[in-house]
Amino acid sequence: MSAAASHAAHTSPAGLEDWRGVWIAVELERGRVHPVSWELLGEGRKLAAHLGVPLCAAVVGPDESATADACAEAIFHGADCVYVVRHPVLAHYRTAPFTTALTRLVERYRPEILLLGATTLGRDLAGAVATTLATGLTADCTELRIDGETRSLAATRPTFGGSLLCTIHTLRCRPQMATVRPRVMAMPARDTQRTGRIIPETIALDEDDIVTKVLAFIPDAAAEEAQLAYADIVVAGGRGLGGPANFRLVTDLARVVGGDYGGSRPVAQAGWIGLERQIGQTGKTIRPKLYIAAGISGAVQHRVGVEGADVIVAINSDPDAPIFEFATYGIVGDALRILPALTEALRARSPALAAAD
Amino acid sequence: MHIVVCVKQVPDSAQIRVHPVTNTIMRQGVPAVINPYDLIVLEEALRLKDCLGARITVLSMGPKIAAEALKKCVSYGADEAILITDAVFAGSDTLATSYALASTIRRIAADRPVDMVFCGKQTIDGDTAQVGPGIARRLGFEQLTYVSRIERIDPAAREIVVHRRGEGGVQVLQSRLPCLVTMLEGSNTLRFAGMDDMFRAARYEVLEWNHKAAGIDAPERCGLKGSPTAVKKVFAPPPRAKKAEMIDASAGTPREIADAVLAKLFASRPALEREMTR
Ligand SMILES: Cc1cc2nc3c(=O)[nH]c(=O)nc-3n(C[C@H](O)[C@H](O)[C@H](O)COP(=O)(O)OP(=O)(O)OC[C@H]3O[C@@H](n4cnc5c(N)ncnc54)[C@H](O)[C@@H]3O)c2cc1C
Repeated sequence: MSAAASHAAHTSPAGLEDWRGVWIAVELERGRVHPVSWELLGEGRKLAAHLGVPLCAAVVGPDESATADACAEAIFHGADCVYVVRHPVLAHYRTAPFTTALTRLVERYRPEILLLGATTLGRDLAGAVATTLATGLTADCTELRIDGETRSLAATRPTFGGSLLCTIHTLRCRPQMATVRPRVMAMPARDTQRTGRIIPETIALDEDDIVTKVLAFIPDAAAEEAQLAYADIVVAGGRGLGGPANFRLVTDLARVVGGDYGGSRPVAQAGWIGLERQIGQTGKTIRPKLYIAAGISGAVQHRVGVEGADVIVAINSDPDAPIFEFATYGIVGDALRILPALTEALRARSPALAAAD
Repeated sequence: MHIVVCVKQVPDSAQIRVHPVTNTIMRQGVPAVINPYDLIVLEEALRLKDCLGARITVLSMGPKIAAEALKKCVSYGADEAILITDAVFAGSDTLATSYALASTIRRIAADRPVDMVFCGKQTIDGDTAQVGPGIARRLGFEQLTYVSRIERIDPAAREIVVHRRGEGGVQVLQSRLPCLVTMLEGSNTLRFAGMDDMFRAARYEVLEWNHKAAGIDAPERCGLKGSPTAVKKVFAPPPRAKKAEMIDASAGTPREIADAVLAKLFASRPALEREMTR
């Protein structure tokens, strides 16, 4: 792989209009597309409409049916066209071949905007691609807009641990790159009637040139693989629960409502729950229909991860807890008593569970 | 083995407050700390030093005061510390930062070849996670991010095996030196500084390099000038329109309170009731 970063993309403002279109890099790994890619297509649609340009997906994957499926799905989720690179070396994510494939596509077609998911894959790839193209990259955006005057991308993201937001522009370089975390943007409707063009691309790749080899993939145990980010109902606990043994009250309620569970950063770090269940700025962003937070103060770093919830029910013994500033319903009380009462009340309302008792 | 560990001095963001009227960051009195993610990779480098006899150079870009952070790293056991500090670096975004750091690492490697570079997974002030990949790319090093464990390093065979956090599982990767590694939290915890190292750190003088000394031949690629991104606006998150509707909890038993909140919830969202009481 080329070591030195090229500086071809450092164009003068005069050349910027050669770069046209909004692109989403679709994250395909082990036969599955990360849903964040579809969320980005939903957001990209708005940007493309504003600019009056096409919305395109870049799919990079092995020469297998999953790759073809990903292309079709990209169109169903809003892409006008899909550029696809199929090659056996792209079966597992590795920085070098994915960077080569995506960089070449961008150099060939010159999109003005390129968005990726802020996953472990997307962040790794975006950093490498932006450096190779010598262009600007804004991480973990929470809002994307087009600036009316300059037609440039205004990317807003939290900074200083979420205490502030800042809006960042990439002025002289293209493409303007940004990453967005899963669940920050809404999932667009899937329309199987939509049609679009699929454009196969050939890019020279060779396993012999790739230094890093994948020896094995150890999938997370089912229990560990928290589908937290995509759960419709999430129950979470914080330090206010007092200790790890009390966390059962949270998991009990989550089970009864058919939801998933998580917690604040201190409880994840203390090992009351797995680190992958931390909710908030440095954990997962969630977007459930209902979020129940027990014994969580509602610090800004927690708040930014849960603001997308439709309804937030907060239980906290302190009437002045910040969480009541943004919850929908607030209960001032002892979570250790309210949580089991909620579990019991819901059990009583559920015909199936009530019958089993 | 020669390992370079990149560290950054950051304001302790847990203590950052925003001025309620002017919306500016109140930095006064906020202590500076070493970015906590950098300490995780420093510890990993120290372990490699323990078992393989590696030499560790810590590197930072920042104002002169950041030398304190580097001295601290020496007290934990780093062998050498270099601070690149120059007005041309002011206002660097991640692309300009990775240019400056990668150029300096090349300069360091001219005296003593570099086998590994460690970077924190991200910083707690910028949170971008972009500088590590940027450095790897510029140096042409293998890029191994989000590593949870270094399973094996064979310096003679130039081979490294790591566990890397992927989506939905862990990749076991075999790669080659030189490489750049960033690591997840929870991978290790930093040791206490030993007496000898503490004494050495107290006397140690951090090398301070300007851009020329760091071997940077294109200062226009550093700082504001070399940064493709520009911050246009900084503002406080807008408050949510409405505060919570409070359920009166003083009156009833926990069960009555639970029923009251469910009644309100289901009255406004009937679909939720169907979903939650299946
Ligand atoms: C860079 C950075 C990133 C961060 N990222 C995250 C993140 O991703 N996610 C996150 O959550 N935090 C994050 N934090 C930490 C965050 O600032 C807060 O410290 C944390 O969210 C507080 O967790 P908590 O609400 O569980 O604990 P506390 O703030 O200690 O709150 C406990 C709450 O429980 C209440 N309580 C006590 N007893 C009871 C009881 N019996 N019943 C009901 N309520 C009770 C108390 O009134 C209090 O409000 C981050 C911080 C920094 C600096």
